Amino acid sequence: MTDLTQKQVRERIAARLASRHRKEKLFRGLGIASIAFGVLAVLVLFTDIISKGHSAFLQTDIQLEVTYDPAELGIDKIDEESLAWANFDGVIRASLRERFPDVSGRRDKRELYTLVSNGAGFELRKRLQDNPELLGKTETLWFNADDDVDTYIKSLSKSDDGFLGRTSEQKVVWVQALRESGELKKRFNTTFFTNGDSREPEQAGIRAALVGSLFTLLVTLVLSFPIGVAAAIYLEEFAPKNRWTDLIEVNINNLAAVPSIVFGLLGLAIFINFFEMPRSAPLVGGLVLTLMTLPTIIISSRASLKSVPPSIREAAMGMGASRMQVVLHHVLPLAMPGMLTGAIIGMAQALGETAPLLMIGMVAFIVDVPHGITDPSTVLPVQIFLWADSPERAFVERTSAAIMVLLAVLITMNTCAVWLRKKLERRW
Amino acid sequence: MQTPTLFALLLLLILVAYGTGFSRAVGAARSRGGIRSLASLPNYYGVHTALWCGLPALVILAAWLIFDDAIIRMLVMGGLADKPDSISGQNLLYAQIQNMAAGKLIGEGTPQVAAAAEHLASLRQSGQWLQTALILILSLGLGAFALLQVSPEMRAREKVEKVLRAILMACACAAIFTTVGILMSVLFESLRFFQSVPVTEFLFGLHWSPQMALREDQVGSSGAFGAVPLFTGTLMVSAIAMFVAVPVGLMSAIYLAEYAGNRVRAFAKPLIEILAGVPTVVYGFFAALTVAPFVREVAQSVGLEASSESALAAGLVMGVMIIPFVSSLSDDVINAVPQSLRDGALGLGSTKSETVRKVVIPAALPGIVGGVLLAVSRAIGETMIVVMAAGLAANLTANPLESVTTVTVQIVTLLVGDQEFDSPKTLAAFALGLMLFISTLILNFIALHVVRKYREQYD
Amino acid sequence: MNTMTLSAGEAIPAETKATKPAAEPPSVKNQAVKRPEEIASTVGSPFCDEAKLRMRNVNVFYGEAQAIHDVSLDIGRNQVVAMIGPSGCGKSTFLRCLNRMNDTIEGCRVEGELSLDGEAIYGPKVDVVPLRARVGMVFQKPNPFPKTIYDNVAYGPKIHGIASRRAELDEIVENSLRRAGLWNEVKDRLDKPGTGLSGGQQQRLCIARAIAVSPEVILMDEPCSALDPIATARIEELIDELRQNYTIAIVTHSMQQAARVSQRTAYFHLGKLVEVNDTETVFTNPEHELTEAYITGRFG
Repeated sequence: MTDLTQKQVRERIAARLASRHRKEKLFRGLGIASIAFGVLAVLVLFTDIISKGHSAFLQTDIQLEVTYDPAELGIDKIDEESLAWANFDGVIRASLRERFPDVSGRRDKRELYTLVSNGAGFELRKRLQDNPELLGKTETLWFNADDDVDTYIKSLSKSDDGFLGRTSEQKVVWVQALRESGELKKRFNTTFFTNGDSREPEQAGIRAALVGSLFTLLVTLVLSFPIGVAAAIYLEEFAPKNRWTDLIEVNINNLAAVPSIVFGLLGLAIFINFFEMPRSAPLVGGLVLTLMTLPTIIISSRASLKSVPPSIREAAMGMGASRMQVVLHHVLPLAMPGMLTGAIIGMAQALGETAPLLMIGMVAFIVDVPHGITDPSTVLPVQIFLWADSPERAFVERTSAAIMVLLAVLITMNTCAVWLRKKLERRW
Repeated sequence: MQTPTLFALLLLLILVAYGTGFSRAVGAARSRGGIRSLASLPNYYGVHTALWCGLPALVILAAWLIFDDAIIRMLVMGGLADKPDSISGQNLLYAQIQNMAAGKLIGEGTPQVAAAAEHLASLRQSGQWLQTALILILSLGLGAFALLQVSPEMRAREKVEKVLRAILMACACAAIFTTVGILMSVLFESLRFFQSVPVTEFLFGLHWSPQMALREDQVGSSGAFGAVPLFTGTLMVSAIAMFVAVPVGLMSAIYLAEYAGNRVRAFAKPLIEILAGVPTVVYGFFAALTVAPFVREVAQSVGLEASSESALAAGLVMGVMIIPFVSSLSDDVINAVPQSLRDGALGLGSTKSETVRKVVIPAALPGIVGGVLLAVSRAIGETMIVVMAAGLAANLTANPLESVTTVTVQIVTLLVGDQEFDSPKTLAAFALGLMLFISTLILNFIALHVVRKYREQYD
Repeated sequence: MNTMTLSAGEAIPAETKATKPAAEPPSVKNQAVKRPEEIASTVGSPFCDEAKLRMRNVNVFYGEAQAIHDVSLDIGRNQVVAMIGPSGCGKSTFLRCLNRMNDTIEGCRVEGELSLDGEAIYGPKVDVVPLRARVGMVFQKPNPFPKTIYDNVAYGPKIHGIASRRAELDEIVENSLRRAGLWNEVKDRLDKPGTGLSGGQQQRLCIARAIAVSPEVILMDEPCSALDPIATARIEELIDELRQNYTIAIVTHSMQQAARVSQRTAYFHLGKLVEVNDTETVFTNPEHELTEAYITGRFG
């Protein structure tokens, strides 16, 4: 052919082969490294959270022998008013003094009282309220230990010295004494699942946030699914090809990529400022999240409508059905599994969202479990955000535990979506 | 009548309307020889009647609920002779009046408040009556009107379908309303902000300290609103994030699409996609408590000063968050490159990596660029990671080990807690929101355009 | 698998040979579509003396399914061999074995002996990169890269490092385009995208791209199936010219094309090589009933 003979060409190719294969290996190695990096990131993230959070599911409790002494309580009968004024903390203190009779001196006694959570008094009140016949009697009960004690006990399992923090040497002696006599134990942390937020880590729980999340999600689902499906049906089945339809499509695609915090600004300016809806309410949170998840749901619903083959529509149309009947009777039922999958994924996205909810005041400190969609409440991700900001060491493990709960719910939702898709989706 | 009761009654009326419409249609058909003589099936007549009975009433009821409070407030406040000028003062006064009317205010207010409270209570009372009457008359009247129309000739199905179609279209327009709502909410407040702070100062000022004094006489009462440090901070964190996410995301997409066997793909792909499902607040926690101290330690071990909240930590974690985003978008576009191009290159004796680098990637480039732009827009708008890990100090710095702040962080700090809608401090957040919205909008627009053009090329 | 070895004469039942196909179509039709195990070994002359490519007892599997059954064939130097047969008969699969393009298909397994100039193609130490430079390929659909015309042709020489200077590369590009008969049409627009050419030009560009790396064998997988008759005629002429320098194996759907361009023709049926003979023999006096049924258009 040219001045290059085939033999020369073969030689030149052979000369470069080794270096080309090295590059090939390098490239492949980079690919494997990238995959490994991603997988490693998942593993590190999860082990980090779990190693920090698993201990929060156990809580150090202290056993005390309490006497419902009317004199100590300062009451003689049980009714609402006297219960409200009764000195339950005094009872706890008395029993602590009894357990450690050697402690004297004001400061030492005060130190002693901080062994037990200061929520113990409330627990006692509740118990007496439910069982009025206990007045004047004595019983043995478990109380949550203070978070400093809890942190100290939990850190013991990691190193011999343990994390002291604000715990004094003296307190350590008492704690060791209680531990040896079996009056101090780590038990399952029910408080975490039954309480609302609290400034005291040992009394803080996720119940209020969970219920808040549930309400918010309910509002989101009730609004976004029907609207999203309706919009998808219109765009896929009825919309004429014109500027207006194009505008709607461009809008939907853009909204899907607008930062979530901008939706929070919308909620603040429109729903709260203009329509004067209640702040911190799941109703407003749900509305904001509806607007945010709507593009996701519309896009996945459209994809699912698109996957229904035109032959089905033609067949129904050939029987004389109207367009609306074709859609409602034939296309929609076939597209439903895909739509549900999209809705679940949208809901999972909404459940994990934090930023826009900060804007509409769902960062409030919520102790009580909300009872409706207009009660002030918070949601689980925001609760995590709030706890992550708290300086107490004991909040770190609770934050991680709350994250574990959140992730568990999200993974369940996504698994359901995948399962649903596999189970119900038809291949044409 | 209370609104929930009214609502329940309305639902009942709708059911009744359906039943009557249905049976009336059947009755009309009987004389003509069965339902075959009807233009539509009898249930369409039922739905038609129910729609007339319920739809207008429901719309009016919803509008009422939305505007009710605002109108009453306007009437009450309009009747007041002596009221404060500031919005917050008016809010306070109105809250006082409301509490008084609800009987929650212990002690007594000024005579003006007491009178206004009475006015409020009477307005609410009459409003309630008016609402009940209006809704019931509307639904009964229109329901009866629709019932009279029922005849075998009426094409009930077509009318019902027209209404359904209109409802579907209204739902589709929700996207447009949302965009308009976003624009209105950020634009109006931003305009108010720019009345007190010039646009040029906001866009080009180098100093940001939005803390306004609560009282006029406090020292340093005027804040500074130069947003450049926020822009640079945002860009730095996003750049670090993209530095992690683009190579890793792209290379893993290439590996999964071109090299990995079915088993590796089935295992690695969902695992990496887990990263996309993790809520941002979790990444924020991870960044603040694990990565930031780690970055600091490493920096100190090589003799560098590092702040406990560094741009690097936030950027790295954000990058990890965006990896699956880049990787799944790239995966899509790489798979859209026709196999024939790969065959062509391989048939000439290319190695796999040469095929990928010289043929597949150049062919997929527009799609990849579009995906990366979408990822950038996501990084710019990401909030929780930077709020928790990047810090609040508006440093104008190029050192990634220092703490920087971003646009989103400032929006959150300015708006969380009490807001006064007449102070530049609060309004500044909306101006930042406007910047954020515009920049992400432009990025999204270009990205979606590029991706669409790319799709058309291979369709 | 092949337990029976029948000679050419025995393979064809006497009555079919006697009655002309047109007279009694149903009986032939019934016999035409046979199950693979009913087709005995290849008739005709699958082997030749100066073989460039030598294939012996080739079996190809896609997972569990067997696509090629025990095929043996030689392709002589500077010869054009056409492979014909009904759709799905495995001719493309067989062609793709010759430069190991089947490696890119997951689950594809090739057994048997294949050699190029006596060197094993599927040997354990064989590097596919230089192999594919020696055995080039042109595909069914023109697949120019989304690059300029120049870069399309220069791609192969560049990755293989064939040209040491820019001028040398220019020369290779020009020569390849000339050989592909495209030079005069594109010499003024070498920097325009190759995807902007017409279908026939694109296919000739792909041929130029293939010969730019100086291959010894060119495999063509239905190179004209996406082209109009005029472009097809142009490619056919080109194939005839290329025969001077290259060994060519071409898969085609069109029997006329096979008759026009090839010296030898191989007829595949359901993954088996039924008959190989001089092209003239195959089309005028086929030995096997299936070949005859196919070329007379009774199926396929």
